[in-house]
Amino acid sequence: MDDFYRDYILDHYRNPRNFGHLEHPDVVAEDTNPLCGDRIRMELLVDANGTVADVRFFGKGCAISQASASMLTESVKGRPLADVARLTKEAVLENVGIGISPTRLKCAMLGLKVLKTAAVGQLASWPDED
Amino acid sequence: MRACVADDASKLARIVGDFPILRERTVRGRRLVYLDSAATSQKPQCVIDALVTYYSTYNANIHRGVYEIAARATDAFEDARAKVARFVNANPRDLVWTRNTTEAINLVAHSWGGANIKPGDVILVTQLEHHSNLVPWQELAAKTGARLAYVPVDDRGLHVLDDLDDLLDGVKLVALSHVSNTLGTIAPLDVIVPRAHAAGAVVLVDGAQAAPNMPVDVKALDVDFYAFSGHKMCAPTGIGALYGKRALLEAMPPFLTGGDMIRTVTYEGATFNDLPWKFEAGTSNIAGAIGFGAAVEYLSQIGMEWVREHERSLASYAFERLRELEPRGLVVYGPRDPDLVADVISFNYADIHPHDLASILDGEGVCIRAGHHCTMPLMEKMGWPATARASFYIYNTKQDVDALIDALGKAAAIFKIGRAGVAGALDG
Repeated sequence: MDDFYRDYILDHYRNPRNFGHLEHPDVVAEDTNPLCGDRIRMELLVDANGTVADVRFFGKGCAISQASASMLTESVKGRPLADVARLTKEAVLENVGIGISPTRLKCAMLGLKVLKTAAVGQLASWPDED
Repeated sequence: MRACVADDASKLARIVGDFPILRERTVRGRRLVYLDSAATSQKPQCVIDALVTYYSTYNANIHRGVYEIAARATDAFEDARAKVARFVNANPRDLVWTRNTTEAINLVAHSWGGANIKPGDVILVTQLEHHSNLVPWQELAAKTGARLAYVPVDDRGLHVLDDLDDLLDGVKLVALSHVSNTLGTIAPLDVIVPRAHAAGAVVLVDGAQAAPNMPVDVKALDVDFYAFSGHKMCAPTGIGALYGKRALLEAMPPFLTGGDMIRTVTYEGATFNDLPWKFEAGTSNIAGAIGFGAAVEYLSQIGMEWVREHERSLASYAFERLRELEPRGLVVYGPRDPDLVADVISFNYADIHPHDLASILDGEGVCIRAGHHCTMPLMEKMGWPATARASFYIYNTKQDVDALIDALGKAAAIFKIGRAGVAGALDG
């Protein structure tokens, strides 16, 4: 357990990056984890090339859900929306580090779920598989 | 009375020894410190044995079998009803088996509520209610055109009764929990019940958190309905009970219909069985009922006065130990008075989210619950996103409280909470 709550997790929890709201987001998605009440909202600004020009997240919840969402926002800025829609669970786990227990996996994945919902919503359909 | 029976160390050691999971189970090499009995209690050997004996020596369906083991199963099933009824000072005829408290409340909402609640009627609940004693009434109100009103609670989670008589004006039903599952608050039933009756209301009490933890006498409380679950008081899951006053139960239409609850059936219609079987359609949870009987027998041997006193003493010790962490940002919610709470203590620690806290405590072998505890409106009203909840039972010891405090120390170290806590404690 000491393994999991590393300094960078606590740092993202206490100083979340890209936290707040965009003035004119192109797409917004929000979801909760009804089991624990964690809540994440993602707002994206998408440029003419379909690239994520800016991103904000807003929410409350445990260190795992909030840090994971914070790190995700850093990793998607400047990336094509199609890439965001294809982000995987493994990519998130790589971000947050190993050692997360199965009972807390949902917390770590909430940000991803919301972000993908936003990206897919904006793309209007699932992107073609590679 | 207060002369600490809870200090009776040999009695406590014997009780702990009665629970195989506490005696034998370890978590990551540490002894299991189980502080989540408000969710479900552990089971003593005698209850486990009652299930095994039924299934391995006289398993049969009840009530119409003419062979020996069927007769024995029927006797054991009805004997268990008598034991559970006696445990709350009820007549066995007035005690209906249900799956749990939730089903017992739904039985009343559908059967009594369906027959008695009319458009414009008022159902009075409190702001403390578990979803199981709230949503059935919301649904009933939506279906019948009735209205819900709330007895408020203050910042400490204590009932505010200043306007009770105004609130009771025109109320058909008062539904409230005897003990709050989130804050442990014990409801002042001695004040509320007579005034509700004076206003002409029927009173249903959700006893899920009270029946396991204190002596309950439904006649002395003078409640009209009392619902409780077996699994929070040493019995198996899937068995609960509803006590109701005879005249009310007699007048109520059946809830579920089918086998066992009928007297005669023709192609044209049916007549229904006597109490309590009128409300027990289909094959009951026979093993569960027998286990519930064994559980209340076990609790009666321990003595419910002792249980209440033991938990009061544990709560008192826990409040004292938790206070040591207050300068570091620990906040205890609820009445914070061992005389006003039963088995439950809710808290938060600095800016550590309760789910993180529960994860870290789990790493130390300490089981607590984190979240909204099925009281989302209360959490919203209080402005708490979630709380950590420790709850005690007959087998918990002061060492368990110490283990909780030590594990909280570990959490503070991981989250780098210094002597002065951290800025920006958890808020709504």
